[in-house]
Amino acid sequence: MPEPRIDLPQGTLDLLILRTLSLGPQHGWAISERIQQISNDVLQVQQGSLYPALHRLERRDWVKARWGTSENNRRAKFYELTKRGYQRLEIETDAWEKLAAAVGQVLRTT
Amino acid sequence: MLRDLLFRLRCLVRPRQVEMELDDELRFHMDKQIEKFVNSGMTLQEARCQARLAVGGIDQLKEECGEAHGVYFLQTLFRDACFGFRTLRKSPGFLVLSVLTLAIGIGTSTAIFSVVNPILFKSLPYPHADRVMMIWESRSDGPPLFVTYGTFHGIVERSRSFDAIAVAKPWQPTSIGGDRPERFEGQRVTPGYFRALGMLPTMGRDFQAADDQFRGPRVVILSDTLWRRRFASDPNIVGQQVRLDDDLFTVVGIMPQSFENVMAPTAELWAPLQYDPSLPAEGREWGHHLRMVGRLRDGVDKEQARSELNVVLAGLAQTYAKGYDSSGGAPNGMVVRSLQSDLTKGVRPALIAVLGAVILVLLIACVNVTNLALARAIQRNGEFAMRAALGASRHRLLRQLLTESLLLAIVGGALGMVVANLGVSTLIALSPPGLPRVNAIHLDGAVFAFGFCLTTLVGILIGFYPALQASRSDLHTGMQQNSRRTTDSRRWIRRALVVSEVALALVLLVSAGLLLRSLKRLLSVDPGFDGSQLLTMQVQESGHRFDTAAARNHFFAEALDAVRHVPGVVSAGFTSQVPLSGDYDVYGAQFEKDNSSSGDGAFRYAVTPGMVETMRIPLRRGRLLDEHDSAGAPVAVLINESFAKQKFGTEDPIGQRLRLGPDAGHADRPWATIVGVVGDVKQESLAVGEQNAFYIPTTQWPWAENVLSLVVRTQGDAAALAPAIRSAIWSVDKDQPIVRVATMNSLLAASEAQRHFALVLFELFAVVGLILAAIGIYGVLSGSVTERTREIGVRAALGATRRDILSLVIGQGMTLAVLGVGIGLLGAIAASRTLVTLLFGVSQLDPITYLTVIVLLLGVAAVACGIPGWRATQVNPSITLRAE
Repeated sequence: MPEPRIDLPQGTLDLLILRTLSLGPQHGWAISERIQQISNDVLQVQQGSLYPALHRLERRDWVKARWGTSENNRRAKFYELTKRGYQRLEIETDAWEKLAAAVGQVLRTT
Repeated sequence: MLRDLLFRLRCLVRPRQVEMELDDELRFHMDKQIEKFVNSGMTLQEARCQARLAVGGIDQLKEECGEAHGVYFLQTLFRDACFGFRTLRKSPGFLVLSVLTLAIGIGTSTAIFSVVNPILFKSLPYPHADRVMMIWESRSDGPPLFVTYGTFHGIVERSRSFDAIAVAKPWQPTSIGGDRPERFEGQRVTPGYFRALGMLPTMGRDFQAADDQFRGPRVVILSDTLWRRRFASDPNIVGQQVRLDDDLFTVVGIMPQSFENVMAPTAELWAPLQYDPSLPAEGREWGHHLRMVGRLRDGVDKEQARSELNVVLAGLAQTYAKGYDSSGGAPNGMVVRSLQSDLTKGVRPALIAVLGAVILVLLIACVNVTNLALARAIQRNGEFAMRAALGASRHRLLRQLLTESLLLAIVGGALGMVVANLGVSTLIALSPPGLPRVNAIHLDGAVFAFGFCLTTLVGILIGFYPALQASRSDLHTGMQQNSRRTTDSRRWIRRALVVSEVALALVLLVSAGLLLRSLKRLLSVDPGFDGSQLLTMQVQESGHRFDTAAARNHFFAEALDAVRHVPGVVSAGFTSQVPLSGDYDVYGAQFEKDNSSSGDGAFRYAVTPGMVETMRIPLRRGRLLDEHDSAGAPVAVLINESFAKQKFGTEDPIGQRLRLGPDAGHADRPWATIVGVVGDVKQESLAVGEQNAFYIPTTQWPWAENVLSLVVRTQGDAAALAPAIRSAIWSVDKDQPIVRVATMNSLLAASEAQRHFALVLFELFAVVGLILAAIGIYGVLSGSVTERTREIGVRAALGATRRDILSLVIGQGMTLAVLGVGIGLLGAIAASRTLVTLLFGVSQLDPITYLTVIVLLLGVAAVACGIPGWRATQVNPSITLRAE
């Protein structure tokens, strides 16, 4: 029985996508599968938010997209991090950790 | 940044390709999902179904991706605009009414603002224009007076409040040469004039103290336009000589093109005043005919300047007691007013009233368009509920509606600009004489921006309410055609809008009615003479051959003789001033019986025999002037009825003696004798009555005038005789300029031009307001009849007669109208207070006006109710009931 799913807080989807892509270029479906797997099915990314997010990241020049072939030889759109994307990932990871630590601290002490 | 732009650009330029790629991407995702489900043991059918459910609305997803591309906004806007156009086109009635209403509202308000802005609100085109002051002498009774040179001279010597101070008077030199003499408009000024305004010549130099000496050098400064027109922009003009009135004047400077001479807008040249600084008591130096302007020193305010001038004046009154006696007594004090408020004082009430009226029109227009938009929103209730059900967000609905109303507003605004442009030129053409800064009026950028902001604002305001309503109403009730609750609240608002429209229209109508009745009253005022078939023109003598009084009188006598022989001329005479022509002379009159050294001010008419007869001014007592009252004979004077009554009461004034003008207060001067009393004549305005006046033969006045006005009574059309009369005068001397040719009736009309101007605009606005209000009532009622078709059908089925139904609908409409009239009455009573200065002979609460307007408004409302009412009676119960 998987743990109940949690809605992603605003803005964390971008971070998750960037992190997933830092391991190498991926297409959209793989990104969502990967996030679901790693989080033991706690985090499930809806297509409804995944693709708008990817396109937004592309516009901001944090990821770039190119068409390639998938494992079973189908045309698929692969996303990979740009240099600015890596920088962004660092900033966001940092910010997230600080936030998580701070929130944890507060929850523990009160 | 650049990437971002390229990305957006690609989406914008190649939307098809971007969309295809998105399709591919999503299909790939879907297939993977199906594959996954199949692998986990579902049938293909089941897997497809599940995958589709997981994705959710594919179109919604695409839309969101599009939004992420950052160009979606523009696309949506474009799509909304196209859609808006289509829907608007489907209801042409709504489109035409809204656009026209907006165009009229925005157009008229922009036009009026264009006219009012430079006159009332923009500062004058001078540096630190707020420091430029007009200065007047004042007596305890009556309006401020022009200053005398004596007062000016003393103030220059003793006052410390001003950086520069100057006086100016009109000057109309003639240039002879060519086939027709040309008379220029100009000013005689003291050297500080341009410095007081803060302007300097671009070429040459300003006037200096040395220029303004008694019998000093003849120098002249030209305006830029005159320099271009008469001297072909000659760059070497400074130092050259020009011939004016038979004298050679040296050009010393050219004023810049940007110089706007607001005190005398038509003046094209300036020469030094050159009055006698020894201030002889009997000279022109003590006549009230100079306009004084000064620039306040830094740190001195208007009040300080005034109190300082009053102290100076008290000293002057002692030093120059004799001089002040001949000018009609020393003034009690000085008046200091900013040049701007001084200039606009006369037109301010009319302009403010017109501005108020146009704001009312704009309000009515906005209310009307809101009303129309609201009616449409109600009709489209179902449509919007359907859109919301299909997944349109509230935000999206709002945007659609806002786009539509902005579209309306922009189209209306564009048309409004056309109206504004036409309006401005019409207003300039209609503008009353004496409207200051007419040259500065144009549809400028600021006004255009004002109009455009207004358009957008109106658009947003109008769009706001229906959009909120449509997106707020819950889907379920919206989908059901008859949602009672929501339409009720909206119906209430629409009724309130109609009530306010009627109220606003009433305010406009009452104001227009009051003005109309005032003007009617005014034009029926007896001017004191017979203005029909009367022609007037100004004749001037120019040149040194007229330096002696005898030569002057001789010319006018010969000219008069020539005019009398023109066929069609009944009689003719010369006078120093024409009633209602806009200018006037006031001189002192000291009566023997008063035993006082100073005199009363009175209008002076220096006339030739025949003038009073020509004007048909009635003789009350004694005799008129004739040929025997000439130079050398005992001085004979006529006074008017009011003066006679004021001075002599019931006594007979004939034979009484008085001293006039420069003779007043001088015991060594001979007395003149009153030989007759004539009826009062309106000099300044039809609205001002009972002013003192006297008539004296031109040949018996202490000096001979070089400008006189001819009045001619004609048979038939007066204007048609003008060329013949002109050539008769030129047959005596072809070099004498003749200007201001006008029939007396046109002068009469022009004298009330300001009221007429306000009236025309008010009438126009009132009619527009009335029509808009009628449209509003009609719109609400016809909408209400449509909504209540079923109810009416039921009523009819249950036995209501046509009369019952008609009275139901009309009663509903008339309740609104009566309510609006009630509220409007309060508004009109408040608004009419601002009109008081424009009214004449009519109380601001004139019951006839109020009654007429109420009857008119209710009548129009009844007609507007009647049409939907009639439609309601045509409802066939069997059809409507089945249709539901």
